[in-house]
Amino acid sequence: MGISETYTRGRELAVTRPGSVLLGLVGVVLLFDLLVSLATGAQSLSGVGSLVWDGLMRGLVVGLAGVGLSMTYSILNFANFAHGDYITAGAFSGWATTYLIAGLGRADVGALLLVGASGSVFGGTLGIGVTGTPVAVVAGIVVAGISTVLLALLIDRTVFKPIRDEDGITLLITSVGVAFALRYLMQFVFSSSVRGTTAQPPSLSLYLVDGAVRINAHDIALVVVAGSLMLGVHLLLQLTKLGKAMRAMADNEDLAQITGIPTERVVRAVWVVGGGLTGVAGYIFILWKGTLGFNDGWLLLLLIFAAVILGGIGSIYGAIVGGLAIGLTASLSVIWIPSSFSRAAAFFVMIVLLLVKPEGLFSGRSTA
Amino acid sequence: MSVRDDLAARIPGGDTGLILSILLIMYAAYVLVGVGLGYSLRGQFNTIAVLTFYIAVFAMLALALNLHWGYTGLFNIGIVGFMAIGIYVMAFVSKPLYQPGGAAQVGGLGLPIIVGMIAGTVAAALVGLVVALPALRLRADYLAIVTIAMSEIVRFSFLSGELQQFRLFGERVGFGGGSGLILDFTNPLEAFFGFFGLWDAYLGFVDSFQVLVPNNPKPVVDGLVYGVVLLVFVAAFYWLLKRTGESPFGRVLKAIREDEDVANSLGKNTNRFKIKAFMLGCALMGLAGILWLMTSGAVTPNFFRPRITFFVWIALIIGGAGSNTGSVLGGAVFAALLYQGPRYLKNLIDAALPNASAPSGFGPAIAPLVSNVDPTPLLLYTIDSIRQLQLVFMGLVLIWLMHNRPEGMLGHRKETAAGIPLTASQARDKTAETDGGTTGGEADE
Repeated sequence: MGISETYTRGRELAVTRPGSVLLGLVGVVLLFDLLVSLATGAQSLSGVGSLVWDGLMRGLVVGLAGVGLSMTYSILNFANFAHGDYITAGAFSGWATTYLIAGLGRADVGALLLVGASGSVFGGTLGIGVTGTPVAVVAGIVVAGISTVLLALLIDRTVFKPIRDEDGITLLITSVGVAFALRYLMQFVFSSSVRGTTAQPPSLSLYLVDGAVRINAHDIALVVVAGSLMLGVHLLLQLTKLGKAMRAMADNEDLAQITGIPTERVVRAVWVVGGGLTGVAGYIFILWKGTLGFNDGWLLLLLIFAAVILGGIGSIYGAIVGGLAIGLTASLSVIWIPSSFSRAAAFFVMIVLLLVKPEGLFSGRSTA
Repeated sequence: MSVRDDLAARIPGGDTGLILSILLIMYAAYVLVGVGLGYSLRGQFNTIAVLTFYIAVFAMLALALNLHWGYTGLFNIGIVGFMAIGIYVMAFVSKPLYQPGGAAQVGGLGLPIIVGMIAGTVAAALVGLVVALPALRLRADYLAIVTIAMSEIVRFSFLSGELQQFRLFGERVGFGGGSGLILDFTNPLEAFFGFFGLWDAYLGFVDSFQVLVPNNPKPVVDGLVYGVVLLVFVAAFYWLLKRTGESPFGRVLKAIREDEDVANSLGKNTNRFKIKAFMLGCALMGLAGILWLMTSGAVTPNFFRPRITFFVWIALIIGGAGSNTGSVLGGAVFAALLYQGPRYLKNLIDAALPNASAPSGFGPAIAPLVSNVDPTPLLLYTIDSIRQLQLVFMGLVLIWLMHNRPEGMLGHRKETAAGIPLTASQARDKTAETDGGTTGGEADE
């Protein structure tokens, strides 16, 4: 390829997609700035490494929670604003189980079931953690998944099914109602206190040139659970008949119906898979974060939307990649801007990418 | 359906009559409950002032949202962000210059309040422009996510330490950060009456209230008068939006709502129209935010959580999107029944059961029910947490509305895009006789 050809193509790109070029330039400038500050010692390599690791962990949580949202978004055609509260519901049900198993005989059953509402029991004193109480954690993950599936099915049956054929905005507004009712019902039961849920997990230090990057047991648990679930969803969608039906429905629901796909059954399956992933994501998010409050899922929701839109609605790889991108943006942005703007930076990246590439990074691939 | 419409048709004065009669019924209900509680006259006046305040602010916000959603079909769920911009910019401009040793940590530019109000409104419109320019090219649900993300970016920005205080023209100014901003400018009512040289007359008016409220009537009268001022603003919003809706500009907006492609193919630059409508609505939201918080003494960023956005949406959906009358009515019903109602109900129950002490949490509340079938603690706890359950109730109302009456209280009343009334009054009577369905008038289906 000659120089002139490259030049022509570059010019064409600059004319047709000025946004992308500008974005690329900004990226280059930021990277250059990072390299300069690394070279001059203003930033340590291990510090940046820690930020990257933190961003990856955060991104995995967002991505895992985003897979469920992405599936319902593409197959049921609406942005489910109650998704964040499904996450919280999963977290509370799972952590109630974990507390109950870990603290049985050591504390009042009622206090354990309410996940230590208003400081009656503390997760730290129960020694909860993936190494300290592995049975309780595994049971918690399972219960979180199952109860969120049941909740999602119940809400679908009572709230979303009667208005299945309405347009996306009607369903969106309805889901806001669901979100409100669920969130404040949870506050009513579990109180508004933010409680610490885990004991300090064991950690190891990876040495990186000029310092250490600490990785703890809960990070590893997160990687294992999120990785295996994402692989499972991939296999489900690619290899099973159900997965094929889901992809067909995401593509064209009417066509799917007349080819004999039982759409209502597929919708139920979507809620089962999506709800299960969401509940587990909620549980593992709290395990990694170490605190639990009734607002956690809602606060995560906008980041999840950002991830799903970034990746392209309906694509599970898109949700995962989008989640990692959002997580890394939120973590790494502190290198350049004050930390109080890190969430704002993640939203900003979403808005910018919507403008440059509104169809998302993995565009045109539905639920696969 | 026909019963309701018959009733609506029989109320004299049409839509205005309908709004006024519903307002009167709600005020009467509040006053009656106040009598039942044995409130003093002062308490009654306060109740009325607070109720009027919330009715007015929600009506204003619902009207502004109606311009976005009901007229133009723009799904804006960042309302609270524009409100925050409005009041923060207004405070920034109007707060007095920083004085060391004062209560306020930061100062403002020290300009008159009216300048601040205009600046806040304009700033909200400009932020609307920044959001609208890119976002209008996107699908409706993307616009939704962009606007709510914007409102959170605004909140985080005001929360951040970087904007807490900085220097501008050598003065110490800022937005106060997480600890909030004290609104230490002159009392807006005083500034307003003082501007016309009527402040002494107003004080005399306040003194005359001593007949009804013996000690210190000023806070009570201030509240009532401010409520009236807000109602005047509601009327102004209504007038402005009605004029906008009936103008050629408004007809294009309605055409965009119905089918953007058609409007485009008729040679209208729909993007320009959408941006203008979006900016106007945002400006009104900013102004509503200023009016809501101007007299509250202080603002904190966490007041501007997305839930207020959804309150306004519920108000609009109750009233019925697309109709200005419906927006006002929805704002009033929302404020009186869903927003203030449960809190007032709690006061009523507290007064009826003065000695009952509610359990501190759900655990102590449910335990007696499980152990010896005693539901009293749970009931008391339920009443005590009415502020949270109120939000649960609002959510359920929203779901119910979307299932059963997505068109709102007034029914499907999208105002027509025609400049002249399509149905003359005779035709209206005729249709009412034949199918008994439509209410007719300029707000016909």
